[in-house]
Amino acid sequence: MNNQSQVGTISEVPASLPSNTSITLKVNGANFTLQIEPRVSLLDALREHIGLTGTKKGCNQGACGACTVLVDGERIISCLAFAVQYVDREITTIEGLADHGELHPLQAAFIEHDGFQCGYCTPGQICSAIGMFNEFQNGLPSAVTKDISAGAGEFSNEEIKERMSGNLCRCGAYVGICEAIREAFETEVTR
Amino acid sequence: MKNFAYSRAENAPTAVNLISQNAKAKFLGGGTNLVDLMRENIEQPDALVDVTGLTFNQIEELADGGISIGAAVKNSAVANHRTIRERYPFLAQAILFGASGQIRNMATVGGNLMQRTRCFYFYDEAANCNKRRPNSGCDAIDGFNRMHAILGTSESCIATHPSDMCVALAALDATVHVEGKNGKRAIPFNAFHRLPENTPHIETDLQPDELITSIQVPALGFAKNSLYRKLRDRASYAFALVSVAAALEVENGIIKNVRLALGGVAHKPWRAFEAETALAGVEAKAETFSRAAEAELANAKGFAHNRFKIELAKRTIVSVLSELAEKGGAR
Repeated sequence: MNNQSQVGTISEVPASLPSNTSITLKVNGANFTLQIEPRVSLLDALREHIGLTGTKKGCNQGACGACTVLVDGERIISCLAFAVQYVDREITTIEGLADHGELHPLQAAFIEHDGFQCGYCTPGQICSAIGMFNEFQNGLPSAVTKDISAGAGEFSNEEIKERMSGNLCRCGAYVGICEAIREAFETEVTR
Repeated sequence: MKNFAYSRAENAPTAVNLISQNAKAKFLGGGTNLVDLMRENIEQPDALVDVTGLTFNQIEELADGGISIGAAVKNSAVANHRTIRERYPFLAQAILFGASGQIRNMATVGGNLMQRTRCFYFYDEAANCNKRRPNSGCDAIDGFNRMHAILGTSESCIATHPSDMCVALAALDATVHVEGKNGKRAIPFNAFHRLPENTPHIETDLQPDELITSIQVPALGFAKNSLYRKLRDRASYAFALVSVAAALEVENGIIKNVRLALGGVAHKPWRAFEAETALAGVEAKAETFSRAAEAELANAKGFAHNRFKIELAKRTIVSVLSELAEKGGAR
């Protein structure tokens, strides 16, 4: 809450000159205190202010998913998020997925299944798929789920494709991406 | 992006007070539409009042069988609420047909109602748009208008409302609860969004100082048999060309209750009152569904690139009602 008290209220801040704000972002378990303007996106805060350039800027308008990160385990796109809205949250980027040098099983599966060509969309694809699988395990249905009232349905290719539709791959590595996601998570499906 | 002052409201009165102090202040929810519009300079607020931390983040079951959804609840939380999935499956479906998984995790229910059109000319600063710059003209009317409206259009604007969720809420006769300087009030869903007429820049009935606090969905037993269908240019993650939200109850082959709303066809989520009237008490079969669809689209007006929507809307209505009649035990 300390960070919040440093955020100005409207009456304190002249409309013509919004001042820099001091915020602390918790990224991959470490705290980063930044002096930034409110208009800085979470994406730019991660890349330009903290130096974590694994998260990519693709369209910068919410269409491509390259900037996907996890916040408290949920996937979001960091380009349409203001950093000031994400204090006191657990932010995880692609740099935070490996465990003491050992790749996350999904990272390993992407290599195994050629889930990329140029690699630009990959950090977003991987963060998105981890969030997607959490949603599936929590029973969230999708637009292609046959019986919405019953929950998440089968962990099928059709479901994976629909649930991952917010992440574009211009190289067209979708087949490998789907195979990698399936292999990494199939055994974990608790249903 | 123009810079702005940022503040966070802890409760509704604070939020209303903060917004009232600055004529160019706006509420900030999940940001999935507003941040984009600000980056495009279409929205240029001096100040943002973040209302995502407010206490309106609960979904409550009401004593009368209805449900109250807090305005700060995320879209994905609504879609994954067991009672909503069971009682109002088409509401959960409509949400899941909108945007992407990431955006549904960010976007709030209140913000979903406040989305602005994705009309290309509205987004293009070099184009004329009565919504963006009143009285500058509408380049969509004689432009590339494949995505545009066919119902309730005006000579000022043919934009569509982009929401999927709102189409189901229109069919459900939801109520929008708001709080402003002058207190609280409830707005019937069909009166919340406006048709363009000659003031397309005024999109809702909401006053500048008013904050959406919750959406109430009344009990509607037969909504258990409901369906949302969306037609679009891509299989996923695209705005609707046409969408249909319907709930149907059939008894002994006769329609006992029906709700119908259309998306992608008008400046607001389009409740199909004409069709509902035509369907009341008649036999549940393709011919009557078709007659109702004809009645609803009788006043539809197509433009150079979107005339196909008229027939597409009719066929989708018939197809959705036929499927519901089958599921709902029409014999």
